[in-house]
Amino acid sequence: MAKFNKKKKGLPPINTASLPDIVFMLLFFFMVATTMRETTVLVGNDLPTATEVKKLSEKRLVSTIYVGPSKDAKKDGGGDKIQLNDKISTVKEVKNFIYKQRDGVALDEQSSMTTLIKADMKSSIGTINDIKKELRDINALKVTYATKIGSEK
Amino acid sequence: MARRETPEINAGSMADIAFLLLIFFLVTTTMDVDAGISRRLPEKTPPNVKPPIIKERNVFQVIVNRNNEILVEGEYTKVDKIKELAIKFIDNGAKKGNPIKLFGETEGTECTWCEGKKDPLSSDHPNKAIIAIKTDRSTDYGTFIAVQNEIGAAYTFLRNRLAKKKYGQTYTDMVKEDLNNKANPSQKLKNRIKEIKAMYPEIITEAESK
Repeated sequence: MAKFNKKKKGLPPINTASLPDIVFMLLFFFMVATTMRETTVLVGNDLPTATEVKKLSEKRLVSTIYVGPSKDAKKDGGGDKIQLNDKISTVKEVKNFIYKQRDGVALDEQSSMTTLIKADMKSSIGTINDIKKELRDINALKVTYATKIGSEK
Repeated sequence: MARRETPEINAGSMADIAFLLLIFFLVTTTMDVDAGISRRLPEKTPPNVKPPIIKERNVFQVIVNRNNEILVEGEYTKVDKIKELAIKFIDNGAKKGNPIKLFGETEGTECTWCEGKKDPLSSDHPNKAIIAIKTDRSTDYGTFIAVQNEIGAAYTFLRNRLAKKKYGQTYTDMVKEDLNNKANPSQKLKNRIKEIKAMYPEIITEAESK
Protein backbone atom coordinates (compact mmCIF):
# COMPACT_ATOMS: atom_id res chain seq x y z
CA MET A 1 0.00 0.00 0.00
CA ALA A 2 3.01 2.20 0.11
CA LYS A 3 2.27 3.37 -3.39
CA PHE A 4 -0.84 5.18 -2.36
CA ASN A 5 0.78 6.94 0.52
CA LYS A 6 3.17 8.87 -1.69
CA LYS A 7 1.60 12.22 -0.98
CA LYS A 8 3.69 15.09 -2.23
CA LYS A 9 4.24 18.03 -0.04
CA GLY A 10 3.13 21.40 -1.41
CA LEU A 11 1.55 22.19 -4.80
CA PRO A 12 3.05 20.99 -8.06
CA PRO A 13 4.81 23.78 -10.00
CA ILE A 14 2.68 25.59 -12.55
CA ASN A 15 3.52 24.58 -16.08
CA THR A 16 5.00 27.62 -17.80
CA ALA A 17 5.79 25.96 -21.10
CA SER A 18 3.14 27.99 -22.92
CA LEU A 19 4.22 31.31 -21.46
CA PRO A 20 6.64 32.12 -24.31
CA ASP A 21 3.84 31.43 -26.79
CA ILE A 22 1.55 33.88 -25.07
CA VAL A 23 4.21 36.55 -24.88
CA PHE A 24 5.17 36.05 -28.51
CA MET A 25 1.56 36.42 -29.48
CA LEU A 26 1.43 39.76 -27.67
CA LEU A 27 4.70 40.76 -29.25
CA PHE A 28 3.46 40.09 -32.77
CA PHE A 29 0.27 41.97 -32.06
CA PHE A 30 2.22 45.05 -31.04
CA MET A 31 4.60 44.76 -33.97
CA VAL A 32 1.72 44.74 -36.41
CA ALA A 33 -0.59 47.27 -34.78
CA THR A 34 1.90 50.02 -33.99
CA THR A 35 4.32 52.15 -35.88
CA MET A 36 7.83 53.25 -34.98
CA ARG A 37 8.17 56.54 -33.19
CA GLU A 38 10.29 58.64 -35.45
CA THR A 39 10.79 61.96 -33.78
CA THR A 40 10.82 63.20 -30.26
CA VAL A 41 8.52 66.15 -29.97
CA LEU A 42 10.34 69.15 -28.57
CA VAL A 43 7.38 71.50 -28.49
CA GLY A 44 4.23 71.47 -26.41
CA ASN A 45 1.60 69.70 -28.41
CA ASP A 46 -1.91 69.97 -27.12
CA LEU A 47 -3.94 69.36 -30.26
CA PRO A 48 -7.42 70.86 -30.72
CA THR A 49 -10.38 68.53 -31.02
CA ALA A 50 -12.54 68.20 -34.11
CA THR A 51 -15.21 65.87 -35.41
CA GLU A 52 -14.92 66.29 -39.18
CA VAL A 53 -11.62 64.51 -39.46
CA LYS A 54 -9.95 62.36 -42.03
CA LYS A 55 -7.42 59.73 -41.08
CA LEU A 56 -4.07 59.73 -42.80
CA SER A 57 -3.20 56.18 -43.69
CA GLU A 58 -0.08 56.46 -45.84
CA LYS A 59 2.63 57.50 -43.39
CA ARG A 60 5.18 57.50 -46.18
CA LEU A 61 3.51 60.41 -47.91
CA VAL A 62 3.09 62.56 -44.83
CA SER A 63 5.59 65.18 -43.70
CA THR A 64 4.92 66.44 -40.23
CA ILE A 65 5.59 69.95 -38.98
CA TYR A 66 5.17 70.60 -35.27
CA VAL A 67 4.24 74.00 -33.93
CA GLY A 68 3.98 75.04 -30.32
CA PRO A 69 5.76 76.55 -27.35
CA SER A 70 9.13 74.97 -26.63
CA LYS A 71 9.31 72.50 -23.78
CA ASP A 72 12.75 73.78 -22.93
CA ALA A 73 12.01 77.49 -22.85
CA LYS A 74 15.37 78.32 -21.24
CA LYS A 75 17.23 77.03 -24.26
CA ASP A 76 14.95 78.01 -27.12
CA GLY A 77 13.17 81.07 -25.76
CA GLY A 78 9.42 81.64 -25.55
CA GLY A 79 6.80 82.00 -28.22
CA ASP A 80 5.71 79.55 -30.89
CA LYS A 81 8.42 77.32 -32.25
CA ILE A 82 8.46 75.27 -35.41
CA GLN A 83 9.94 71.81 -35.25
CA LEU A 84 11.15 70.01 -38.35
CA ASN A 85 12.50 66.49 -37.91
CA ASP A 86 14.32 66.50 -34.59
CA LYS A 87 15.15 70.12 -34.06
CA ILE A 88 13.60 73.53 -33.66
CA SER A 89 13.84 75.44 -36.91
CA THR A 90 12.75 78.66 -38.53
CA VAL A 91 10.05 79.22 -41.13
CA LYS A 92 12.68 79.61 -43.84
CA GLU A 93 13.76 76.00 -43.41
CA VAL A 94 10.30 74.66 -44.21
CA LYS A 95 10.97 74.71 -47.95
CA ASN A 96 14.14 72.64 -47.67
CA PHE A 97 12.40 70.24 -45.35
CA ILE A 98 9.63 69.60 -47.86
CA TYR A 99 12.12 69.23 -50.71
CA LYS A 100 13.99 66.64 -48.69
CA GLN A 101 10.77 64.76 -47.98
CA ARG A 102 9.95 64.77 -51.67
CA ASP A 103 13.33 63.25 -52.51
CA GLY A 104 12.44 59.94 -50.95
CA VAL A 105 9.15 59.57 -52.79
CA ALA A 106 8.53 58.32 -56.31
CA LEU A 107 7.72 61.02 -58.84
CA ASP A 108 4.17 59.92 -59.52
CA GLU A 109 3.31 59.90 -55.83
CA GLN A 110 4.66 63.34 -55.05
CA SER A 111 1.39 65.00 -55.94
CA SER A 112 -0.42 63.06 -53.22
CA MET A 113 2.02 64.06 -50.51
CA THR A 114 0.47 65.79 -47.55
CA THR A 115 1.88 68.18 -45.01
CA LEU A 116 0.55 67.53 -41.56
CA ILE A 117 0.62 70.58 -39.33
CA LYS A 118 0.56 69.49 -35.71
CA ALA A 119 0.05 72.73 -33.90
CA ASP A 120 -0.69 73.45 -30.30
CA MET A 121 -4.14 74.81 -29.51
CA LYS A 122 -2.74 78.00 -28.06
CA SER A 123 -0.29 78.81 -30.82
CA SER A 124 -1.14 81.82 -32.92
CA ILE A 125 -2.48 81.50 -36.42
CA GLY A 126 0.20 83.86 -37.72
CA THR A 127 2.86 81.20 -37.37
CA ILE A 128 0.67 78.72 -39.23
CA ASN A 129 0.02 81.27 -41.96
CA ASP A 130 3.76 81.83 -42.40
CA ILE A 131 4.21 78.10 -42.90
CA LYS A 132 1.30 77.99 -45.32
CA LYS A 133 2.86 80.79 -47.33
CA GLU A 134 6.09 78.82 -47.63
CA LEU A 135 4.19 75.72 -48.66
CA ARG A 136 2.32 77.65 -51.34
CA ASP A 137 5.60 78.93 -52.72
CA ILE A 138 6.84 75.43 -53.42
CA ASN A 139 3.46 74.09 -54.49
CA ALA A 140 2.93 71.74 -51.57
CA LEU A 141 -0.76 72.44 -51.45
CA LYS A 142 -2.19 69.51 -49.55
CA VAL A 143 -2.38 70.41 -45.91
CA THR A 144 -3.91 68.65 -42.95
CA TYR A 145 -4.41 70.33 -39.62
CA ALA A 146 -3.86 67.61 -37.04
CA THR A 147 -6.57 67.25 -34.43
CA LYS A 148 -7.75 64.85 -31.85
CA ILE A 149 -10.85 62.95 -32.84
CA GLY A 150 -13.80 64.22 -30.86
CA SER A 151 -17.15 62.58 -30.45
CA GLU A 152 -20.25 63.82 -32.24
CA LYS A 153 -22.42 66.15 -30.31
CA MET B 1 27.53 1.81 -29.32
CA ALA B 2 24.29 2.99 -27.93
CA ARG B 3 23.08 6.21 -29.33
CA ARG B 4 23.07 8.94 -26.83
CA GLU B 5 19.85 10.86 -26.60
CA THR B 6 20.16 14.51 -27.41
CA PRO B 7 19.51 16.49 -24.29
CA GLU B 8 16.43 18.67 -24.31
CA ILE B 9 17.09 22.33 -24.91
CA ASN B 10 16.16 24.36 -21.91
CA ALA B 11 13.43 26.71 -23.02
CA GLY B 12 12.92 28.29 -19.65
CA SER B 13 14.47 31.58 -20.67
CA MET B 14 12.41 31.83 -23.85
CA ALA B 15 9.73 33.74 -22.00
CA ASP B 16 12.31 36.20 -20.70
CA ILE B 17 13.62 36.86 -24.18
CA ALA B 18 10.14 37.33 -25.56
CA PHE B 19 9.24 39.70 -22.73
CA LEU B 20 12.34 41.74 -23.44
CA LEU B 21 11.37 42.10 -27.09
CA LEU B 22 7.80 42.92 -26.17
CA ILE B 23 8.85 45.68 -23.82
CA PHE B 24 11.23 47.07 -26.41
CA PHE B 25 8.42 47.34 -28.94
CA LEU B 26 6.06 48.83 -26.40
CA VAL B 27 8.51 51.61 -25.70
CA THR B 28 9.66 52.47 -29.21
CA THR B 29 6.38 52.42 -31.07
CA THR B 30 3.22 54.47 -31.00
CA MET B 31 -0.28 53.41 -31.72
CA ASP B 32 -1.94 56.73 -32.54
CA VAL B 33 -3.08 57.29 -36.09
CA ASP B 34 -2.69 60.80 -37.39
CA ALA B 35 -5.97 62.44 -38.16
CA GLY B 36 -7.01 65.94 -39.00
CA ILE B 37 -8.92 68.39 -41.12
CA SER B 38 -7.69 68.31 -44.71
CA ARG B 39 -7.65 71.47 -46.76
CA ARG B 40 -6.10 72.43 -50.06
CA LEU B 41 -4.14 75.64 -50.21
CA PRO B 42 -4.76 77.95 -53.15
CA GLU B 43 -2.17 77.94 -55.87
CA LYS B 44 0.21 80.83 -55.99
CA THR B 45 -1.03 83.50 -58.33
CA PRO B 46 1.23 85.53 -60.59
CA PRO B 47 1.71 89.02 -59.13
CA ASN B 48 -0.12 91.00 -61.82
CA VAL B 49 -3.28 88.94 -62.07
CA LYS B 50 -6.39 90.66 -60.86
CA PRO B 51 -8.54 88.56 -58.57
CA PRO B 52 -11.93 87.74 -60.03
CA ILE B 53 -14.84 89.90 -58.94
CA ILE B 54 -17.14 88.04 -56.58
CA LYS B 55 -20.53 89.25 -55.55
CA GLU B 56 -20.82 89.96 -51.89
CA ARG B 57 -23.93 87.84 -51.51
CA ASN B 58 -21.88 84.81 -52.54
CA VAL B 59 -19.39 85.25 -49.73
CA PHE B 60 -20.01 83.98 -46.23
CA GLN B 61 -17.59 85.91 -44.13
CA VAL B 62 -16.34 84.58 -40.83
CA ILE B 63 -13.96 86.86 -38.99
CA VAL B 64 -12.07 85.70 -35.93
CA ASN B 65 -10.35 88.50 -34.09
CA ARG B 66 -7.39 88.44 -31.73
CA ASN B 67 -9.62 87.86 -28.72
CA ASN B 68 -11.01 84.77 -30.40
CA GLU B 69 -14.40 86.40 -30.91
CA ILE B 70 -16.27 85.33 -33.99
CA LEU B 71 -18.13 87.60 -36.36
CA VAL B 72 -20.30 85.91 -38.96
CA GLU B 73 -21.50 88.27 -41.69
CA GLY B 74 -20.82 91.16 -39.33
CA GLU B 75 -22.64 89.77 -36.34
CA TYR B 76 -21.17 88.45 -33.14
CA THR B 77 -21.76 84.69 -33.06
CA LYS B 78 -20.93 81.70 -30.89
CA VAL B 79 -18.98 78.81 -32.43
CA ASP B 80 -21.85 76.36 -32.24
CA LYS B 81 -24.14 78.62 -34.29
CA ILE B 82 -21.81 78.73 -37.30
CA LYS B 83 -22.88 75.37 -38.67
CA GLU B 84 -26.53 76.36 -38.85
CA LEU B 85 -25.75 79.71 -40.52
CA ALA B 86 -23.36 78.10 -42.99
CA ILE B 87 -25.93 75.48 -43.99
CA LYS B 88 -28.49 78.21 -44.58
CA PHE B 89 -26.02 80.12 -46.72
CA ILE B 90 -24.67 77.24 -48.82
CA ASP B 91 -28.04 75.67 -49.38
CA ASN B 92 -29.76 78.89 -50.43
CA GLY B 93 -29.63 78.33 -54.20
CA ALA B 94 -31.34 81.51 -55.41
CA LYS B 95 -30.01 81.57 -58.94
CA LYS B 96 -28.08 79.63 -61.53
CA GLY B 97 -24.64 78.35 -60.64
CA ASN B 98 -21.44 77.66 -62.51
CA PRO B 99 -21.66 74.81 -65.02
CA ILE B 100 -20.70 71.49 -63.43
CA LYS B 101 -18.17 69.78 -65.68
CA LEU B 102 -18.88 66.35 -64.25
CA PHE B 103 -22.42 66.40 -65.58
CA GLY B 104 -21.31 67.76 -68.95
CA GLU B 105 -23.04 71.06 -68.41
CA THR B 106 -22.04 73.97 -70.59
CA GLU B 107 -24.37 76.43 -68.94
CA GLY B 108 -25.09 76.84 -65.30
CA THR B 109 -28.35 75.46 -64.01
CA GLU B 110 -30.37 76.10 -60.93
CA CYS B 111 -29.76 74.11 -57.81
CA THR B 112 -32.62 71.64 -57.89
CA TRP B 113 -31.35 69.72 -54.86
CA CYS B 114 -31.13 72.74 -52.57
CA GLU B 115 -33.75 73.09 -49.88
CA GLY B 116 -32.90 76.64 -48.87
CA LYS B 117 -35.09 79.70 -48.84
CA LYS B 118 -33.89 81.02 -52.22
CA ASP B 119 -33.25 84.40 -50.66
CA PRO B 120 -31.98 86.75 -53.40
CA LEU B 121 -29.68 88.41 -50.87
CA SER B 122 -27.85 85.17 -50.09
CA SER B 123 -25.76 82.78 -52.17
CA ASP B 124 -26.67 81.87 -55.78
CA HIS B 125 -25.63 78.26 -55.87
CA PRO B 126 -23.57 75.85 -53.72
CA ASN B 127 -20.76 75.95 -56.25
CA LYS B 128 -20.68 79.72 -56.13
CA ALA B 129 -20.92 79.99 -52.38
CA ILE B 130 -17.59 80.89 -50.86
CA ILE B 131 -16.75 80.58 -47.19
CA ALA B 132 -14.13 83.13 -46.25
CA ILE B 133 -12.45 82.67 -42.90
CA LYS B 134 -10.51 85.75 -41.92
CA THR B 135 -8.19 85.59 -38.98
CA ASP B 136 -5.94 87.93 -37.11
CA ARG B 137 -2.25 87.09 -36.69
CA SER B 138 -2.66 86.40 -33.01
CA THR B 139 -5.87 84.42 -33.21
CA ASP B 140 -5.60 81.12 -31.35
CA TYR B 141 -5.11 78.12 -33.59
CA GLY B 142 -7.67 76.21 -31.54
CA THR B 143 -10.41 78.70 -32.36
CA PHE B 144 -9.51 78.61 -36.04
CA ILE B 145 -9.79 74.81 -36.04
CA ALA B 146 -13.11 75.01 -34.21
CA VAL B 147 -14.47 77.29 -36.95
CA GLN B 148 -13.05 75.05 -39.69
CA ASN B 149 -14.67 72.09 -38.00
CA GLU B 150 -18.08 73.76 -37.93
CA ILE B 151 -17.84 74.67 -41.61
CA GLY B 152 -16.78 71.11 -42.40
CA ALA B 153 -19.72 69.84 -40.39
CA ALA B 154 -22.08 72.03 -42.42
CA TYR B 155 -20.84 70.53 -45.69
CA THR B 156 -20.99 67.02 -44.28
CA PHE B 157 -24.58 67.60 -43.20
CA LEU B 158 -25.62 68.80 -46.65
CA ARG B 159 -23.77 66.03 -48.45
CA ASN B 160 -25.23 63.41 -46.14
CA ARG B 161 -28.73 64.70 -46.73
CA LEU B 162 -28.30 64.72 -50.49
CA ALA B 163 -26.68 61.27 -50.61
CA LYS B 164 -29.36 59.81 -48.38
CA LYS B 165 -32.06 61.14 -50.66
CA LYS B 166 -30.37 60.06 -53.86
CA TYR B 167 -28.84 56.74 -52.93
CA GLY B 168 -30.30 55.88 -49.54
CA GLN B 169 -26.89 55.97 -47.90
CA THR B 170 -25.16 58.85 -46.16
CA TYR B 171 -22.08 60.42 -47.67
CA THR B 172 -20.02 59.57 -44.59
CA ASP B 173 -20.93 55.90 -44.96
CA MET B 174 -20.10 55.98 -48.64
CA VAL B 175 -16.64 57.36 -47.97
CA LYS B 176 -16.11 54.84 -45.20
CA GLU B 177 -17.14 51.98 -47.45
CA ASP B 178 -14.83 53.20 -50.18
CA LEU B 179 -11.92 53.28 -47.72
CA ASN B 180 -12.70 49.78 -46.52
CA ASN B 181 -12.66 48.12 -49.92
CA LYS B 182 -9.36 49.38 -51.13
CA ALA B 183 -8.61 45.89 -52.38
CA ASN B 184 -11.42 45.85 -54.92
CA PRO B 185 -12.62 49.42 -55.35
CA SER B 186 -16.11 49.93 -56.68
CA GLN B 187 -16.16 52.42 -59.52
CA LYS B 188 -19.85 53.02 -59.02
CA LEU B 189 -19.32 54.12 -55.46
CA LYS B 190 -16.42 56.36 -56.43
CA ASN B 191 -18.53 58.03 -59.08
CA ARG B 192 -21.31 58.60 -56.60
CA ILE B 193 -18.92 60.22 -54.14
CA LYS B 194 -17.55 62.44 -56.90
CA GLU B 195 -21.06 63.44 -57.87
CA ILE B 196 -22.05 64.42 -54.35
CA LYS B 197 -18.81 66.34 -53.99
CA ALA B 198 -19.50 68.24 -57.20
CA MET B 199 -23.00 69.15 -56.06
CA TYR B 200 -21.79 70.54 -52.74
CA PRO B 201 -18.16 71.54 -53.33
CA GLU B 202 -16.17 72.85 -50.40
CA ILE B 203 -14.97 76.33 -51.26
CA ILE B 204 -13.13 77.76 -48.29
CA THR B 205 -10.58 80.55 -48.22
CA GLU B 206 -8.36 81.24 -45.26
CA ALA B 207 -7.09 84.78 -45.41
CA GLU B 208 -5.18 86.76 -42.84
CA SER B 209 -6.53 90.23 -42.27
CA LYS B 210 -4.03 92.97 -42.75
